[in-house]
Amino acid sequence: MLERRSSIENELDIIAARRCAKEVAKELGFSTVDQVRIATAISELARNIVLYAKEGSIVVRALCEGEREGLEILVADKGPGIPNIELAMTDGYSTAGGLGAGLPGARRLMDTFRIDSQLGQGTTIVARKWKA
Amino acid sequence: MQQQVPILKIDDFWIASVQGSLHDQDVIEFKQALLSKITQPKSNGLIIDLTVLDVVDSFVTKTLIDIRGLAKLMGVPVVIAGMSPAVAITLVEMGLSLEGIDTALNLQKGLDKLRNPGKER
Repeated sequence: MLERRSSIENELDIIAARRCAKEVAKELGFSTVDQVRIATAISELARNIVLYAKEGSIVVRALCEGEREGLEILVADKGPGIPNIELAMTDGYSTAGGLGAGLPGARRLMDTFRIDSQLGQGTTIVARKWKA
Repeated sequence: MQQQVPILKIDDFWIASVQGSLHDQDVIEFKQALLSKITQPKSNGLIIDLTVLDVVDSFVTKTLIDIRGLAKLMGVPVVIAGMSPAVAITLVEMGLSLEGIDTALNLQKGLDKLRNPGKER
């Protein structure tokens, strides 16, 4: 099964991770728009790692469930964690002076999105996109 | 990997055509370079051409909104040109509608827009 892992430590890794995700999505036969959706979601999630956790990793892998084919994004960091996930998922809420569109935007671009965070332990995100 | 975006002048219009993926520091430098250009005399408009960008995320969007806001204060109209359909769809789905930002299908239409303000297309 196709699987790629990117370490995220700086801005350059954000570009590398989204390029890698786009390649995987293309290889799996996702449409051009879906490739851009996936790459953009990765860009938002990778930036959050750089901004808040300093380092972490993103794994992109092929999914197969019966007839359905898709792609899964696994994001993990050992950063400070998110004190209030509901707030962090709210449009326009940002603690970094951004647009507050990163997490809620990434969620909308994917089909499923699960986020777990423990204060002082880190954050993990599992997001999936199925082929149309 | 340093990405310098060339900023050219045609008549009194500044044209910045992004050449490849920009990382965050590049984006910040690009913004500063643009602002130093449009504060020069005889700056009657700015076109930012995003044709080659395959990903426009919230960070780049915020920068575009910032540039537009500052340019507006200087009385310089800004047109974003060449956004791909996939990028446009993604931005709208993310809830980033680029409201209030003038856009054009390509560089030529962007120039037409600056030359004939008020006239659509």
